[in-house]
Amino acid sequence: MASRIVSFELCGREVEVLVKPMTTLQFVLRNQLGYTGTKEGCRQGGCGSCTVLVDGEPMMSCLLPVEDVAGRRVTTIEGITPVEGLAPIQQAFVDTNAFQCGYCTPGMVMLTTALLDHNPAPSREEAVEALGGNVCRCTGYAPIIDAIEAASASATGDATRDAGVMPDRSGER
Amino acid sequence: MAKLRGTGIAAVNYPTGMNLGGDPSQALIHATTSGSFVVTLSSSDLGQGLRTVIGQIAAETLGVAADEIVIDTADTDTGPHCMGTFASRATHRVGNAVKAAALETRGALLEVAALELGAPVDRLELDGFGNVLVAGEPARCARVADVASKAQFQYGRTISGRGAYMKPKSPVDPETGAMDPDSTEAHACTVAEVEVDTETGQVAVLSIRSAYEVGRQVNPALVRGQIVGGAFMGMSHALYETTEPYYPNPDHKPKDFSEYVMPGPAELPEIDCVVLEVPSSTGPYGVKGVGEMTANSPIPAIVNAIYHACGVRFDDLPVTAEKILRGLESKRSAEGAGPGVTGSGSNRPDAASNAGSDASGTADAAGGR
Amino acid sequence: MPEPKMPEPLHVVGRSVPRSDAASHVSGRTRFAGDYTFPGMLHLKMVRSPVHHAMIRGVDLSGAERVPGFVRALTWRDVPHNVYTILGLIGVEPEEEFVLSQDRVRYKGEPIVAIVAETEAAALEAVSEVRLDLEELPAVFDVEEALQAGAPIVTHWGSNAFMFEGHPSRRVRFGDVEAGFAQADHIVEATYNSSPIEQAPTETTGCVAVPEAGGRFTVYTNTQALYFSLDNTAIILQVPGKQLHFVGGTVGGGFGGKVDVIVEPIATLAAMKTGRPVRYVFSRSEEMQVSSTRSAWRIRVRDGVMRDGRIVARQVTSYADSGAYSRQTPYALTKHAANAAGPYAIPNVSIDAYCVFTNRTPSSAMRGFGVTMASYAVEVQMDRIAERVGVDPWTIRFINAYRNGDIRPHRKPAEDATLIETMQAAAALVGHELTDDQRTLTSGPRASEPAGSPGGEAAPAGSPAAGAAGSAGTPAVVAGSTAEGVR
Repeated sequence: MASRIVSFELCGREVEVLVKPMTTLQFVLRNQLGYTGTKEGCRQGGCGSCTVLVDGEPMMSCLLPVEDVAGRRVTTIEGITPVEGLAPIQQAFVDTNAFQCGYCTPGMVMLTTALLDHNPAPSREEAVEALGGNVCRCTGYAPIIDAIEAASASATGDATRDAGVMPDRSGER
Repeated sequence: MAKLRGTGIAAVNYPTGMNLGGDPSQALIHATTSGSFVVTLSSSDLGQGLRTVIGQIAAETLGVAADEIVIDTADTDTGPHCMGTFASRATHRVGNAVKAAALETRGALLEVAALELGAPVDRLELDGFGNVLVAGEPARCARVADVASKAQFQYGRTISGRGAYMKPKSPVDPETGAMDPDSTEAHACTVAEVEVDTETGQVAVLSIRSAYEVGRQVNPALVRGQIVGGAFMGMSHALYETTEPYYPNPDHKPKDFSEYVMPGPAELPEIDCVVLEVPSSTGPYGVKGVGEMTANSPIPAIVNAIYHACGVRFDDLPVTAEKILRGLESKRSAEGAGPGVTGSGSNRPDAASNAGSDASGTADAAGGR
Repeated sequence: MPEPKMPEPLHVVGRSVPRSDAASHVSGRTRFAGDYTFPGMLHLKMVRSPVHHAMIRGVDLSGAERVPGFVRALTWRDVPHNVYTILGLIGVEPEEEFVLSQDRVRYKGEPIVAIVAETEAAALEAVSEVRLDLEELPAVFDVEEALQAGAPIVTHWGSNAFMFEGHPSRRVRFGDVEAGFAQADHIVEATYNSSPIEQAPTETTGCVAVPEAGGRFTVYTNTQALYFSLDNTAIILQVPGKQLHFVGGTVGGGFGGKVDVIVEPIATLAAMKTGRPVRYVFSRSEEMQVSSTRSAWRIRVRDGVMRDGRIVARQVTSYADSGAYSRQTPYALTKHAANAAGPYAIPNVSIDAYCVFTNRTPSSAMRGFGVTMASYAVEVQMDRIAERVGVDPWTIRFINAYRNGDIRPHRKPAEDATLIETMQAAAALVGHELTDDQRTLTSGPRASEPAGSPGGEAAPAGSPAAGAAGSAGTPAVVAGSTAEGVR
């Protein structure tokens, strides 16, 4: 089968890649373009560690033939990280310790970025539903939900939404 | 058909470390020109936060802030030996090695500070905020960063340290099992609340509330992360996970996350904890360790809660909806046998055996009392 | 050098400082083993046994060799020290696992031939073109059937039970368990089973081995134990350790699943044979079906209990399903045996823990290693006992809880016991009302002879007198921190 050139926008720049048919976006990102922030936990659509945004929608890049993103806008974890500091959702992950091993984290960050883009103040139930396709083996999901609530609270200025964040009481001894 | 609620408890100990072949770890530390410290190891961070807690132990001993420590791990060309990250050993073993290395480093630092401050080493102390003080003379002090810099450019001295910790090998007496199998023990008591749906067999875990005693907590937020994540994993082991759903029959092995069933965020129960700290005499600053144990007590607590809810004992893990339904069915068909019925929801041929010992109730005949 | 004065209070230890790797993790900048790529990197995929137990009569590589991109195949003949045991490093014998199968496969998924190819797709295609001529053998899957005479023998050395210094089980003998049963008012007996489970880290096991100048090899790996992997690789490849340089330290979830030294030796061998970097990373289905699991356990607990709830005898017979090879499981059995009586003061204990070989994916370490299922069996058993003697589940545990100075069944005195204080804190957390005796009890040493001493009459552990023992050895709770609920 003949290879072909596919072009798309990746994190704000135009890229062209030469691929065989059915090559996945995940493969192209990791192996042809060096964007290893997109992980590969299963390559079966079962874990979400490869989640990226395509035209702002979260998608599992392991199931996505790169031809399908031709002419579209792809955003990876590299694309949402500011030059200095962190995006609010990333900072919220840090503040709530919403990761342990960190392997599912880029996918979780992309998923929650999309959630908050579409719904700046999701209910807890909406947050839980949004996370349904992504696997975290370490945290038990609780601090990830807290991170969503914390990022939402800081974006919407709603201090009462901070309730889920566990205060650091270590200085109180 | 009903939704039945029940509560169960479990209380457990958990041993830290291994010792059957001797259990060593080592660490090296050196100061940089700007007064930060590089801790070199060959230890792995599995996500529990080894780099952070080991850095905290080094910072505490060296009297500097945590962000003055750089953890360089893991590389066998630079890092000294570490047995590995398992057996809940890393904070205890590697922490002890790093504390020892930091003490030696601190001694070297104070020797240079003595030259700089013109005071004997035994009168020097670290204030914990990056300063060396002459005891009783607050005006005579030097910044650790300045001492480190002058050590290299003015005095030609090294500020470095080596540390090792080893739990010696303890052979097991093959006849009696006499052994020294651990360095310290942490403890937990978990209370779980469940709701059993008698129509679907589904068990909803409503809450997992635990008290832990883990020695000194180096980083309470990370300890809490282990407890919360472990409670969820314990729930998963109790109710969902198996690589061989009809064990010992080896068929139907799952091959991916869609076939290997685990709970998701929708199944997250309320998780609450309280942490006691009783320092261990063997761990750095009293550490015991909390890595593995957090998935343990939730399992029997949940299984006991299921019995409390529906009066059927399930002794085969995981307690799936299929087993619950079969167990409830055999309870109904054996109505009158009382609350001691054991679930025959097991897939195992001898699953009824526990029913014999339990349902017989009065068959406590040993000794003829 | 005398230990210098430590500042009090502590300044850094005990504080929830942010994780030093936080920014790296949330920005995707953390490099995991599978993220390393090198020019000219080859890909390794494994030909695995499709059956549980068989003699290998022939392997035909000709079809694989014709696949475009095929570079070479490795068989057992290429492995310098093909038969090994991971725990050989700490003296465990015999050597029994095959890096690549020679004449027999003992579990479904056992590696037979490693295929190295230019691309992963070519490697997978070549794997599918390898023809195996296998003569299937009867297999055994049940731990107790495996120990019966006439069962198919899994190991090459003739026994389905791992031998612990001459015994087929790891034994603990403490007091006189038969005398305890004779003395007991009740006998409570049950069998607990668990099926194997997978560590299921989100990052699969894997490594990249890279030839360097001067005959060295750098291996980027997600092992939980860097030197353990290096030392075992050196043995298997029969090279001096100085030729190997292992780089790791960042693991995308371990839970015990990455201590088996399965990928590094063969990837390094492939790099040696080809002179090129070689990547060997498990697929998710390999992680699920071939990587080792937590053992399945069968645990029989038989307890002699007095009318007042004191346990006077506990006999535990445990079987861990090791699968086809031992890996870390014999060690798990020892850890299990040390803890199988639970955190309770029981004067008469007998434990037999068997490490049994079956035709199953080998089991190995997982979080809680030998203790998790001991705790499970013991804690459900405690509820059974409570019901039998007619006390509540809290009371049965307070009556029997171990205390400092008690001699454990493995004969080490308890010195860090805080079970009682932990239960008191849990009761407070959930609002469970304790009796006055339970509230004032401590883990401090007993006033009388330790209840755990062999053959001794158990002290009335639940009595206030026991709790009133001197303060020496009483755990000093230096701090209690309450976490907020997370919901």
